[in-house]
Amino acid sequence: MRSFSYSSPGQIGDASDAARESGAQIIAGGTTMVDLMKIGVIAPDALVDINGLSDLEGYAVAGDRMRFGALAKMSTVADDPAVIDAFPALSESLWKAASPQLRNVATLGGNILQRTRCPYFRDTAYAQCNKRNPGSGCAALEGGETNLHAILGGSSACVAMYPGDFAQALIAFDAEVVVSGAGGERTIPFSQLHVQPGDSPEVETVLEPGEIVTEIVLPVVPAMANSTYLKARDRESYAFASASAAVGVAMDGDTVSDVRIALGGVASVPWRATDAEDSLRGQPLTEETAREAGRIAFETAEELEGSAYKIALGADVVAGALMQVKSRMGGE
Amino acid sequence: MSETPPDLTRPGVSRRGFLQGSSAVAGSLGMAVGAAEAQQAEPSADARTIALTVNGTRRHVTVEPRTTLVEALRDTLGLTGTKIGCNQGQCGACTVLMGGTRVNSCLTLAVMAEGTEIVTVEGLADPTGDLHPMQAAFAENDAFQCGYCTPGQILSAIACIEEGHANDAVEIREYMSGNLCRCGAYPNIVAAIEQVRDSEQG
Ligand SMILES: Cc1cc2nc3c(=O)[nH]c(=O)nc-3n(C[C@H](O)[C@H](O)[C@H](O)COP(=O)(O)OP(=O)(O)OC[C@H]3O[C@@H](n4cnc5c(N)ncnc54)[C@H](O)[C@@H]3O)c2cc1C
Ligand code: SF4
Ligand code: FES
Ligand code: FES
Repeated sequence: MRSFSYSSPGQIGDASDAARESGAQIIAGGTTMVDLMKIGVIAPDALVDINGLSDLEGYAVAGDRMRFGALAKMSTVADDPAVIDAFPALSESLWKAASPQLRNVATLGGNILQRTRCPYFRDTAYAQCNKRNPGSGCAALEGGETNLHAILGGSSACVAMYPGDFAQALIAFDAEVVVSGAGGERTIPFSQLHVQPGDSPEVETVLEPGEIVTEIVLPVVPAMANSTYLKARDRESYAFASASAAVGVAMDGDTVSDVRIALGGVASVPWRATDAEDSLRGQPLTEETAREAGRIAFETAEELEGSAYKIALGADVVAGALMQVKSRMGGE
Repeated sequence: MSETPPDLTRPGVSRRGFLQGSSAVAGSLGMAVGAAEAQQAEPSADARTIALTVNGTRRHVTVEPRTTLVEALRDTLGLTGTKIGCNQGQCGACTVLMGGTRVNSCLTLAVMAEGTEIVTVEGLADPTGDLHPMQAAFAENDAFQCGYCTPGQILSAIACIEEGHANDAVEIREYMSGNLCRCGAYPNIVAAIEQVRDSEQG
């Protein structure tokens, strides 16, 4: 690991100022940062440790808005009975991710900003990677393996997949993130935080240099309580998603009044499947309508050789998640 | 799934090849040690002395910002019971307890552990030499073969019970999934954990 300077400011303004310096990067739990620094994918001159900002560790799920501090730990939130009860998909998206050891240090803010697991991005022996080295090409698309890549929201410059799970529970339920920086505080819809690769895959979010995510806020809706996060993994546990879905449903009698569907493991950014949601609203929730929603969720998927399997798998996961929620609601 | 780039000359590395993939990770247990230690070049001007409580004793260690906790424990404090396997957060060989919770010491910067209490495998037996119940249970249940993963497994197992995630074998497997064992001692590890859980409840 290349050497760097280290600071641990106690005030958010100081942290933001330090992080705005060129060559500086923020570290929270460090499970993405230290990993990428070790393998030389990132080499900051300065690390700004934000763990001194202890105000950001709290969270609250009561009331009409859930609020999660950016420094709340994945394990703490996942295991909280109040979270499990009020928003099962959120708890599941956290405990089905990474490992217990990682979840004990990884923070919610760091989690949403984790980097792609594209093997060529992660291996500096490959010169071609537009994300790591803008303009160099894409080793995945130019003769490489594309089995861990995005079939939704990719571009001809980059098909890296956004690997996080938690983000799918957030985007499905209209989360917002509060960020603090030189320009003061602003609130960004979670769906606009990440940007698709387009021609500049090195730009991954709309955050300005030095901006710190302080809080994640979610409006409470009835579909949250009837939600789940289903994750297909190659190993039973402790692997990134091959395909996953965060879903939530609210019924009005026999018909669906609200439905949320977001897809993990398949897209370049956190991905809300709004067309699939539209197909279900006002309909009964049956095996057939669930399957149809799964199919529609992948209608716009690109054929990508190594990842073509994700289309059928992902559609099954969406349908399976919807049926799981239905059976939990006490439907047949 | 293996995250190292697949061999481009070998078409169709199947996503179903997950057993291959995970054994590739486990197969690197122990092999990254040299590489990690070889990196300690040019000392930085930013070296500093931090205080850590390790196995109940307050220790001062001089580290660079880039020194990981496992390097501080092994190289500076000479506590080599904590192992380095993958060095990337995937295998759990480096598991220690930090502030009472299990963490991967290979992904923790030592400077960020300043002021915390660390427990390593060396701190488990009591001063008279009696093994910790989990160590004894691992021995009784043959919960290891080569033993490389064992210190990490034992610390993780203690935390698994402490967290309340050892209610049945399925839950134990899920909550021990951050500790890989190249030798495949998993059934015996689960048995050891169940034994300790039951004796604590009884
Ligand atoms: C072996 C392994 C397996 C994993 N498996 C999964 C999995 O199955 N599913 C999954 O979802 N994740 C998985 N992860 C990823 C893991 O969840 C993330 O590494 C973790 O959540 C990142 O959080 P952190 O606090 O450690 O972030 P850090 O590593 O500290 O930071 C991550 C990024 O976010 C930035 N950052 C952090 N906090 C803030 C903030 N408040 N404001 C602005 N920027 C910030 C940092 O600068 C950095 O770019 C895995 C990781 C490993 C190593
Ligand atoms: S897919 Fe994106 S991250 Fe992967 S090699 Fe291509 S440009 Fe790099
Ligand atoms: S050495 Fe493998 S997780 Fe730390
Ligand atoms: S790796 Fe050999 S006993 Fe686990």
